[in-house]
Amino acid sequence: MIKIKGLNKSFGGLHVLKDVSISVGKRKVVVLIGASGSGKSTLLRCINFLEIKDSGDVILMGKQVDPQKDDLNKIRQNVGMVFQHFNLFPHKTVLENVVEAPIYVKGISRQDAKETAIMLLEKVGLSDKACVYPAQLSGGQKQRVAIARALAMNPQIMLFDEPTSALDPELVGEVLQVMKDLARDGMTMVVVTHEMGFAREVADRVVYMDEGRIVEEGVPQEIFHAPQHVRTHAFLSQVLA
Amino acid sequence: MVIIYEIFMENLSAFMAAMVVTLKLTVVSLVLAMFIGLLIAFFKISGNRLLYSIAQLYITVIRGTPLIVQLMFLYFGIIELVILPAFWAGSLALAIHAGAYIAEIFRGTIQSIDRGQMEAARSLGMSYPLAMRRIIMPQAFKRAIPPLGNQFIIGLKDSSLVAYLGVPEIYGTALYVQAENFNPFQTYLVAGFYYLVLVIIFTFLVNKLENKLNVEENEVKYK
Ligand SMILES: Nc1ncnc2c1ncn2[C@@H]1O[C@H](COP(=O)(O)OP(=O)(O)OP(=O)(O)O)[C@@H](O)[C@H]1O
Ligand SMILES: [Mg+2]
Repeated sequence: MIKIKGLNKSFGGLHVLKDVSISVGKRKVVVLIGASGSGKSTLLRCINFLEIKDSGDVILMGKQVDPQKDDLNKIRQNVGMVFQHFNLFPHKTVLENVVEAPIYVKGISRQDAKETAIMLLEKVGLSDKACVYPAQLSGGQKQRVAIARALAMNPQIMLFDEPTSALDPELVGEVLQVMKDLARDGMTMVVVTHEMGFAREVADRVVYMDEGRIVEEGVPQEIFHAPQHVRTHAFLSQVLA
Repeated sequence: MVIIYEIFMENLSAFMAAMVVTLKLTVVSLVLAMFIGLLIAFFKISGNRLLYSIAQLYITVIRGTPLIVQLMFLYFGIIELVILPAFWAGSLALAIHAGAYIAEIFRGTIQSIDRGQMEAARSLGMSYPLAMRRIIMPQAFKRAIPPLGNQFIIGLKDSSLVAYLGVPEIYGTALYVQAENFNPFQTYLVAGFYYLVLVIIFTFLVNKLENKLNVEENEVKYK
């Protein structure tokens, strides 16, 4: 589904991603972990071209993407993204947030878009909030709406960038539950998170990044119980402590 | 007091007509100024160096010179090129003037919208223009209402300078009336009163609009 080869990305003089290669199979869930500033977000954003790589290959759904030639708007329709700070559209109701892109990007009729949206809101447990504005929602509810909004485009891939990091602890569970359901339904997912419990339970593979490189990757069992690298070990003992 | 009242009553119809002219000048010039301001704001955020430079030059010149100079310069410049009634020449000059300030208001509010909004929109597959139109501008417009309201009030009062082009708006009428009755103090006081009334009405309307928009996002929307 996603194949990345020899990816490099710099911001000015700062070399943020160094020769990163990773592949994510269909219906697989990969969890990215690593210290702050290690390049997790940048890697995720290179997958949907919110950042454009300096060099290397990004192959999505079997097609090599050339950001100069290909229509990135088309590609992004297939790659949903959920952000740490939700980024809901505050001037639109929950329902309007969800139907916006299907109507204005895909050209789906308002009626059909609404039906899908209501179904998705039911799926994330928020059908009763369809007509309120984001300002009236809790963080957990906002994030669930954001997930529904991304799903409304019927993407093949979902990217999550620390979806629970901005939430009060008691609200984390409801968002993780939605993500677990999604994984169970077979969505291909790349998730940056510090929720190691989620990684253990849901991830097919865990990837540890440090200073712009992938240091280690493997099934959760290996990474958590028998990390091969000192750095992975040090990082895990810190976050699991 | 008596004489103020007399001047007020004697010139009631003249000032009422003048008030309409002032309002027309203000509305026409500010609607034009909004278009100019929006265009120039887009030039500034376009990332295109040439467009940015054009916008910057325009804003620098307009903000760096007095309105009355611009008005006269443009008026005598415009009538060299096309025959334009003083009202339209004045409106155009006022629009070009206010446009520079409105451009900065729009640029500021557009840039004040959280980056995450554009990113979320783009991540859903929206093109840049679509994201601007559907997501960024509605929020930027809303944020622009208080400073725009302020700019409108300034524009309303600035329209008085068009009197020097011979347009019979409030101040122009006062100039004429005081030359007839030899009571400049009282006459200008009456003129000031009309401006004050217009500004108060306008402020009230802007506040109402602002409240309405604020309330909306904190309510449940049924449909
Ligand atoms: N747009 C940008 N311009 C300049 N530097 C950037 C930009 N985006 C990220 N960086 C830098 O790149 C490095 C990696 O950032 P990135 O956000 O990918 O890290 P991260 O692993 O997601 O960290 P965190 O856990 O804090 O989110 C950081 O040093 C960051 O300051
Ligand atoms: Mg990050």
